Amino acid sequence: MQDVTTGNKEFKPNIVAFCCNWCSYAGADLAGSSRLTYPANVKIIRVPCSCRVNPMFVLKAFQQGADGVILCGCHPGDCHYVTGNYYTRRRMALLFSFLNYMGIEKERTRVEWVSAAEGAKFSAVMNDFVKTVTELGENKRLTDLRVKEGK
Amino acid sequence: MTKQERIDNLLRLSGTDVKKCMKCGKCSGRCPAFNEMDIKPHQFVSLLAQGKIEILLGSDAIWNCLSCMACVERCPRGVAPAAVVEAVRDTVVRAQGKNGLKAEDIPQIVDEFIPQQLLVSAYRKYNK
Amino acid sequence: MQRIGVFICWCGSNIAATVDVKKVAETIKAEPGVVYSENYQYMCSENGQQLIKNAIKEHNLTAIVVGACSPRMHEATFRKAAEAAGLNPYMVEIANIREHCSWIHKDMDEATEKAVVLVRTAIAKVKLNAPLMSGESPVVKRALVIGGGIAGIQAALDIADAGFEVDIVEKNATIGGRMAQLDKTFPTLDCSACILTPKMVDCAQHEKIDILSYSEVEEVKGFVGNFNVKIRRKARYVDETKCTGCKICMEKCPSKKGLNDFNMGLNTRPAIYIPFAQAIPNVAVIDPEQCIKMKTGKCGICQKFCGVGAIDYTQKDEFIDRQYGAIVVATGFKPIALDNFNEYGYADNKDVITSLELERLMNAAGPSDGVLVRPSDGKHPKVITFIQCVGSRDTSGCGKPYCSKICCMYTAKHAMLIREKYPDTEVHVFYIDVRTPGKNYDEFYRRAAEQYGVDYIKGMVGKVYNVNGKLMVQGSNLIDNEQITIESDLVVLATAIEPEPSVRKIATLLTASIDTNNFLTESHAKLRPVESPTAGVYLAGVCQGPKDIPETVSQASACAAKVIGLLVKDKLKTNACVATPDEMMCNGCSQCANVCAYGAITYVEKEFRLGGGKTEVRRVVSVNPAVCQGCGACTVTCPSGAMDLKGFSSKQIMSEVEAICKM
Repeated sequence: MQDVTTGNKEFKPNIVAFCCNWCSYAGADLAGSSRLTYPANVKIIRVPCSCRVNPMFVLKAFQQGADGVILCGCHPGDCHYVTGNYYTRRRMALLFSFLNYMGIEKERTRVEWVSAAEGAKFSAVMNDFVKTVTELGENKRLTDLRVKEGK
Repeated sequence: MTKQERIDNLLRLSGTDVKKCMKCGKCSGRCPAFNEMDIKPHQFVSLLAQGKIEILLGSDAIWNCLSCMACVERCPRGVAPAAVVEAVRDTVVRAQGKNGLKAEDIPQIVDEFIPQQLLVSAYRKYNK
Repeated sequence: MQRIGVFICWCGSNIAATVDVKKVAETIKAEPGVVYSENYQYMCSENGQQLIKNAIKEHNLTAIVVGACSPRMHEATFRKAAEAAGLNPYMVEIANIREHCSWIHKDMDEATEKAVVLVRTAIAKVKLNAPLMSGESPVVKRALVIGGGIAGIQAALDIADAGFEVDIVEKNATIGGRMAQLDKTFPTLDCSACILTPKMVDCAQHEKIDILSYSEVEEVKGFVGNFNVKIRRKARYVDETKCTGCKICMEKCPSKKGLNDFNMGLNTRPAIYIPFAQAIPNVAVIDPEQCIKMKTGKCGICQKFCGVGAIDYTQKDEFIDRQYGAIVVATGFKPIALDNFNEYGYADNKDVITSLELERLMNAAGPSDGVLVRPSDGKHPKVITFIQCVGSRDTSGCGKPYCSKICCMYTAKHAMLIREKYPDTEVHVFYIDVRTPGKNYDEFYRRAAEQYGVDYIKGMVGKVYNVNGKLMVQGSNLIDNEQITIESDLVVLATAIEPEPSVRKIATLLTASIDTNNFLTESHAKLRPVESPTAGVYLAGVCQGPKDIPETVSQASACAAKVIGLLVKDKLKTNACVATPDEMMCNGCSQCANVCAYGAITYVEKEFRLGGGKTEVRRVVSVNPAVCQGCGACTVTCPSGAMDLKGFSSKQIMSEVEAICKM
């Protein structure tokens, strides 16, 4: 879709968004049914709870060429699974500072709380995130240094 | 300045969201200067919201408002009618070019019935 | 290798207007694994579903991807269709190309491109899907109703009438709730007690209903169909099985200075008391803070006089454990505290009262035997001023931002009753708006103004102050653009209502969601208004939002219908997407058990074969699939990567990420 190497098109970042099924995915649905636009380069992966997002998934995204990764969950205290988003908050704080240390700017990663009623917020957050990442430009790609079987 | 700019200016000066008013009239219910005012506190909010600023700028009520802030204190919607009054007063005073109150003039204009609060607020207003 | 079928829906023009659906279906044909790709106008329609079923059979599909609306909308529909065609329902994945694509993008090329990516992502996931089976869990055929007000009573009666056991847990000494305190009810003005107390008696006499009064829910475990609830039966120091409700103890008790909560503190009651004459159960309770015997050890008069020996000063709180299939929350409301509203002088003037206090003053069983008198001097008030919206619709932080909904109607009721009973009384009502939607409601309010001569003043009161025993009510009259002061004998504040504060604890115990105003959240404002998002938990009455008695009763009966619908089932299907551990990788560290909010994870000692005939006993994790809710917290917590989640496995999500990034 975006082709940064040729420089023919303007840079369109590739964004992976993890949305929890109960709040943020429904919020994204509401953004859709309210026709609130945000850039097409945001692709949503549905997870039951934001706490299902393993740091490995985020690393994988950056390794495969994502320019930004955003996690959306229920507001603290409103988690469908009671405490899931608290784990997310702590885990991601640690992971993001670690990624920042490795050279992936902290602006490329984000955790946002979007409720099922906040279609407008979902759209606003995505617009803002895409804008931020677009300004940062293309991301460094992490290399998979693991020894692959049979290679 | 166009009319819209003048309205916007008043909105900015007042720093309060007049659209939040639910027209309950509690401000006017509490106002100690109500009977002296030609335009009442709730009307300041309502007229500014409607953009009818000529009425406000021509009112005498801006000189009757004591700036006691009872209306601000009591408003259930967090609107500040007194801030609208103050914004109008500021605008009128500036247009007159008489923006300033000298400390040495005060003893002459003060009489013993002027509330202390009014003096403080007048000082705050005219020495911006 | 999966044989994947892809079905792209047009959704009329909802998708097809911005996504070139034919091009998507065509492009996807080239994907490895895809053996069939089709597009159709309405996939969710009967014909669309038939198309899917036929394709599954004809092409021996092992998995399908439907590019359509949100899975929150029709995932269940397509899963059912797949199942009907002999496919495991979990071999279906939805690519959300409507809410997440066609509806938010305007450019056709861009939207089509994105739709292709979304479908590819779903294909990447479905390749790793495995057939899943839902487990089954039995349903305990008994319901718990928390709160014994009119909402709880109605729900309990309806459920019990359908033949199921119901327990009502009520924190006070009697059921009846707020409605028992009311005098008359709008818009028909029938006596509250006359319509409520027969229902209370029905509850007491119903063989299927067990009333646990003076009790509170302490702990809730389990899940829909299988809740384990611990209930605290607070010590009432009176043996419930022996007390006959003769009230001789109340007569003889020397400590009579306790504030009577039932009468809103307008008069006093003895330390041992029955809240009101029609209390159910009609059993006394001792206030240990007030009882002389319990404070000093000397007295024991009630024990001496009790003919049946029901008094027991040594009683302790007891705990009982019960199982329920469904829970109805009906915890009700209370009027807000007026600490933030000094302008109305409530704290300083005895004759400034709340509307609920007025109810008690007007009630024939109230502190003044139904004669309307001023609390200060017992005289009949000649001028009464009502102030509406006290603390309601307040976004300044002093009160509540919502409309309490019932105040306009009960104020009209009070005004009317007073004018009816005491025609020499002048009645004024300050209002911001009069909100009386409802059958015969606006007519009721207009009757107060037109026939009963109640003076409605559009405006708000700024201050109430006392001059020589007269209450000066200063407010605005916006219609006449005046400021007026009404010399009144009695001022009645239509105080905002808020959810009973104990609901917060109950919401936490039930993991039911609650909003910023402490109202419990319903599952869907329009389509699932009585269900909490937590399965098996239902909401009745003001705990869900401000409402009057007719609405509360309707909601309670609706709850009962939902509960009955649940309890008639013998078994419930459990969530198939549950955590699944790899025992060989588990090192027994217990971290997953620590993060599990449901207690679904336990540890077991298990014997493993090591080869060469040797065995080893290791401590490994075990997941109870009936309890697991499938959040996945444990999967990420596990340091050795032993835990995974069915339906959302790490490999599946990784391949989704890959599909999105590799373009």
